[in-house]
Amino acid sequence: MRALAPGRAARLVQLALVALLAMAPLLLGDFRLFLLTEILIFGLFAASLDLLVGYTGLLSLGHAAYLGVGSYATALIAIHLTDNVFAGIAAAVLSSGVVAAATGWLAVRTRGVYFLMLTLAFAQLLFTLAITWDSLTHGANGLPTPKPTLGPGDGGGALDGGTAFYYYALVAFLIGFGLLRAIVASPFGRTLVGIRENEARMRSLGYGVARYRLAVFCIAGAVAGFAGSLTVQHSNYMSPSGISFEVSTLALIAVIIGGRATLVGAVLGSAFVFIIRDELSSAFNEHWRLVLGVVFIGVVYLLPRGLSGLPARTGLLSRRIQTTAGGSA
Amino acid sequence: MTFAAVGAALPGLLNEHLVSILNGLAVGMLLFTMAVGLSLIFGLMDVLNLAHGAIFLLGGYVAFQVIVGEGQSWLAGLAVAVGFGAVAGLALGGILRPIRHRGHLDQALLTLGLAFVLSDLATIFWGSDFQTIPSPVFLQRSVEVLGQFYPAYRLAVMGVGFALAVVVYLVVERTQVGAVLRAAVEDRAMVSALGINVGRVMLAVLALGTALASFGGVIGAPILSLSPGVDAEVLILALIVIVIGGLGSIPGALVGAIVIGQVQSLGTALVPQVAPFALFGAMVIVLAVRPEGIFGSR
Repeated sequence: MRALAPGRAARLVQLALVALLAMAPLLLGDFRLFLLTEILIFGLFAASLDLLVGYTGLLSLGHAAYLGVGSYATALIAIHLTDNVFAGIAAAVLSSGVVAAATGWLAVRTRGVYFLMLTLAFAQLLFTLAITWDSLTHGANGLPTPKPTLGPGDGGGALDGGTAFYYYALVAFLIGFGLLRAIVASPFGRTLVGIRENEARMRSLGYGVARYRLAVFCIAGAVAGFAGSLTVQHSNYMSPSGISFEVSTLALIAVIIGGRATLVGAVLGSAFVFIIRDELSSAFNEHWRLVLGVVFIGVVYLLPRGLSGLPARTGLLSRRIQTTAGGSA
Repeated sequence: MTFAAVGAALPGLLNEHLVSILNGLAVGMLLFTMAVGLSLIFGLMDVLNLAHGAIFLLGGYVAFQVIVGEGQSWLAGLAVAVGFGAVAGLALGGILRPIRHRGHLDQALLTLGLAFVLSDLATIFWGSDFQTIPSPVFLQRSVEVLGQFYPAYRLAVMGVGFALAVVVYLVVERTQVGAVLRAAVEDRAMVSALGINVGRVMLAVLALGTALASFGGVIGAPILSLSPGVDAEVLILALIVIVIGGLGSIPGALVGAIVIGQVQSLGTALVPQVAPFALFGAMVIVLAVRPEGIFGSR
């Protein structure tokens, strides 16, 4: 905005961030690296939710459904077929995309609070299914899964150790995140913002609003399934709690705290939420809700555009995608 | 099935599951006291008040303090709790004022933050054990209903809930205040241009809605017991109720509350194997047929 052209400044920051992420194993201990891996994976999941909430104005309270379907698909493939990561990812993306299409078909016909409650309902129904379908999911006990491998066949090129998995997760994150960025920059992404801002106008311009909504719902679901696949490959375990209400709200909170319609805000918000959760649970033990509540109230009053709105507020960087505070969510 | 066959089957169903049906009605009427305020506030102010469940729980705790803690009468406890609810609504109005031009998401996040803070404060003051208010002495007996004995208190809750539904409906549909309210729901700017202070109408509805939630917490306490977690549970049930019934509709809130009460109670008794899916399943079915709820309009 001042010395550097905004586009160049943003690109420099991006390069520096990627370089920093690439060097992370040298800088962080095992525990922190594990946390960072978690944050990247959850950040990708939250960014896929931002595609719905931030860009399209579709407030989903059940996004964990698609993360969970992806996780279970990967877990089941790894247990019964092969522990190859690509097979796991393919199964996850495909199955969560299909489930997103089936549920989204109903959900996108509704608006606002109805959409919110319907997405919550789908997630809760899948959560209950995961608990009760004991023969497939082992219910609340969950499924331990074998360590993932990169090579063909079982056991070849095992992703052993935190550093190896971190680099695998980083590459996967960059691919997923890059895909989301390409989508929001495309004419399709611009159309989504148009639908959020003024649905009636987009309709009168001849856009099939319902079809766009369904398409973005499926894409967001498939990317969430991708993140779900990574989640299981990282933790080597899947249980119904991976689909729970808490996971959906945590992602929504990450998007809001990080800043809507920015994608990168979702990742920042995830980092904030994970770090604060770890710190709070030790510092405040049972009163973490009180602190979290105060954080929410503070964010709404003080940071209307979330954490990623901070640089713009202080004039460090200009934002490439202008969003109205609040949108039409 | 012919009418005669239905008529023959009905008494059997009634006899066998009468208690389930009555329990469902009592729970339904409790949910109505929550849902009607939630729905009216949303209809008028476009605010989804996620602190509504916390106010329900706090109302119960306040009455618990007055009745069990201080040994005062039931009526005194109810009055203090309702007053507390109204004040909480006014305070909420003040808190929401600076962000009233922002989207739903900000208001939802703010009220969710408040809900977290309030429910944690409640746990600090009243602990996490189950607390209960004994029902009023004159209702501590059973009444014979269609040949079976049933607690009088629960029948009273049903009666109060229905009376409340009728009163709220008549006020909104038949009085001048109600006319202003309905007009403000349709077109806030127009009503304001007519010289009516819409801000004050909103504040009144907010205070009424939270007072009703608090009232629900008090009359619900002898049935549900008060403990952390009840707030979230009741909030989600009330949200399902207003979504099924149609946002902003009073008859919708009533019908939704009765449906969800029966799904919870009779549904569990009739088909226990699908009970875990019944609540959200019912909502999906209703919204698949009517995306705006039963009484909702586009």
